[in-house]
Amino acid sequence: MSAPNGGFAIDARGLSKTFGPRTAVRDLSLTVKRGEIFGFLGPNGAGKSTSIKMLLGLVHPTGGQGSVLGAPLGAPSVRRDIGFLPEDFRFYDWLTATELLVLHGRLAGLTDAKARARAPEVLELVAMSPHAHRRLRGFSKGMLQRLGLAQALIHEPALIFLDEPTSGLDPMGRRMVRDVIRLQRDRGATVFLNSHLLSEIEITCDRVAFIKDGEIVASRDMADASAAGARHVSVRARNASAAMLGRIAPPATNPSLSGDEIRFDVPFEDAIADVVRALVEAGAQVVRVSPERTSLEDEFMRLVGEDHAL
Amino acid sequence: MSVHESSRVLRIVAGVTLREAARRRILWVALGAAVLLLAIFAVALRLQVLEFEGRPMSPFVRYQVESGMLMIGLYTCDLLAVVMTILTSIDTLAGEIGSGTILAIATKPITRAQILIGKFLGFSAMVIVYVALTFGGTIAVAHAVTGVLPEHALRGFLLIAFECLVALTVTFYLGTRFSTITAGVFALGLQGVAFMGGWLEQVSGFSQSQHIVTLGVITSLIMPSESVWRRAAFEMQTPLAGSLSFSPFANVSIPSGAALVYAALFATALFLAAIYRFRKRDL
Ligand SMILES: Nc1ncnc2c1ncn2[C@@H]1O[C@H](COP(=O)(O)OP(=O)(O)OP(=O)(O)O)[C@@H](O)[C@H]1O
Ligand SMILES: [Mg+2]
Repeated sequence: MSAPNGGFAIDARGLSKTFGPRTAVRDLSLTVKRGEIFGFLGPNGAGKSTSIKMLLGLVHPTGGQGSVLGAPLGAPSVRRDIGFLPEDFRFYDWLTATELLVLHGRLAGLTDAKARARAPEVLELVAMSPHAHRRLRGFSKGMLQRLGLAQALIHEPALIFLDEPTSGLDPMGRRMVRDVIRLQRDRGATVFLNSHLLSEIEITCDRVAFIKDGEIVASRDMADASAAGARHVSVRARNASAAMLGRIAPPATNPSLSGDEIRFDVPFEDAIADVVRALVEAGAQVVRVSPERTSLEDEFMRLVGEDHAL
Repeated sequence: MSVHESSRVLRIVAGVTLREAARRRILWVALGAAVLLLAIFAVALRLQVLEFEGRPMSPFVRYQVESGMLMIGLYTCDLLAVVMTILTSIDTLAGEIGSGTILAIATKPITRAQILIGKFLGFSAMVIVYVALTFGGTIAVAHAVTGVLPEHALRGFLLIAFECLVALTVTFYLGTRFSTITAGVFALGLQGVAFMGGWLEQVSGFSQSQHIVTLGVITSLIMPSESVWRRAAFEMQTPLAGSLSFSPFANVSIPSGAALVYAALFATALFLAAIYRFRKRDL
């Protein structure tokens, strides 16, 4: 970890990519610290995938330079410590889930024995254990996506690139992705996450950059107290009363009542369920729970413009 | 990267490529076609043998006709092998780049050159096994029915396998540049040019036209695979069969050793160019 670039996992300076007349990424400069969960947010076609591909050496930049884990972009040896989930994960469909993972483990530099030992572990992580010996041919999009994630993690890389990891996943799958990302953070890994799903970024990331038309237009530190972590929630209950506000306990804050709407703030989405349970136990006949637009979402909409409404 | 690590990675890529190739339906169709051709070949030979038995004939003419038929069988086998090589391998780069399958491989600690070399080794193994089976089968059938054997069968086998590897470098190079369909049409078109060139050089043996010779040489330079076949045919034919002169097996204008060296250089240059293109391109 004694990299010459001050220990940055990713250091990009002025990376650009043009495809013919079309500029996909313009002057991309960013640094990601080791151990950081970095979110890259932007609408369709903004240049997120192209940026990841440049950092991975898949796409050759037409300008600028960068380093990843202290090595120049595209250096093969450093890829031992890198995991990548492509946007649309595909592989030979005659392989079984386990065969695919063992193959990728070996390609990533694990011994055969180690790859075989790790395969069931990562399958478990992505909740695919029951399908361990099925062939990919019969897999749904979400199942392939889960395998793609497992493949990116099998060699316990120090830096993980995830391009839209939740695309095609059901709510359980999205939650699984969040848990996996947290696990990677706990392990000390760096995660670079592409998404246009705000909730995903909001919950998991330490820092976010917004990209639009190939340019970073804003970036923001999510650890910052005023940052978007906090959510306003309003609960509509037929018999809402001031007495119920007493049941709203930390981490939820700022309870208030107006009409049949009970309002409060939570620091993270997962806290909402506990509050609602407490309200129901207090006799509230809940008809609707609506988390309000977060400031991150507002900011995204403002930056991206309404024509890109997602 | 150490030699040991490098060969480990190549083995992994070659192994998975071979398994993938062996699953191509084209391979099995081509094998089926070869079996069918062998059956027809056996029947034709047998009919010929029976026909010869019915009338007085010099053993020399008989031997000539039979070894001529063996060459026809081997030539068919050769054409099938080349086409099979092109059709099975044409998709391995273009298709995997198109579908994105390559992304999860190209981001592993492995160079693009190693990906290409590993894939090439996998396909080479498949092609060599295919040629050994069909070529061996043809000779076995001919020998069983008529008793003829080619001269220098091993040289013939090696040359036909070499011809297929030349075709393989062509598909690899095209696969780094074009989509599967474009690359496939291109590769088959080149093979057609080579085929044409081979016949032009044959004709030139009769017409004495220097222009036709030149044209034949030029086509052989553009795509040297067919001239490798003609060398193989020359090596395999019995010394006297060369007098069956107007056929793809006649020994008029036999490709020289220099033509083989050219084919080897051609394949090497094309493979290096494929590595270069593959390294340069975006995935
Ligand atoms: N190979 C390519 N050839 C030409 N243009 C390309 C190529 N790849 C990307 N582009 C263009 O570059 C721009 C950025 O594409 P990119 O895939 O990086 O967007 P993205 O932010 O990942 O979008 P999405 O959210 O839809 O995945 C787009 O305008 C796209 O059309
Ligand atoms: Mg994308």
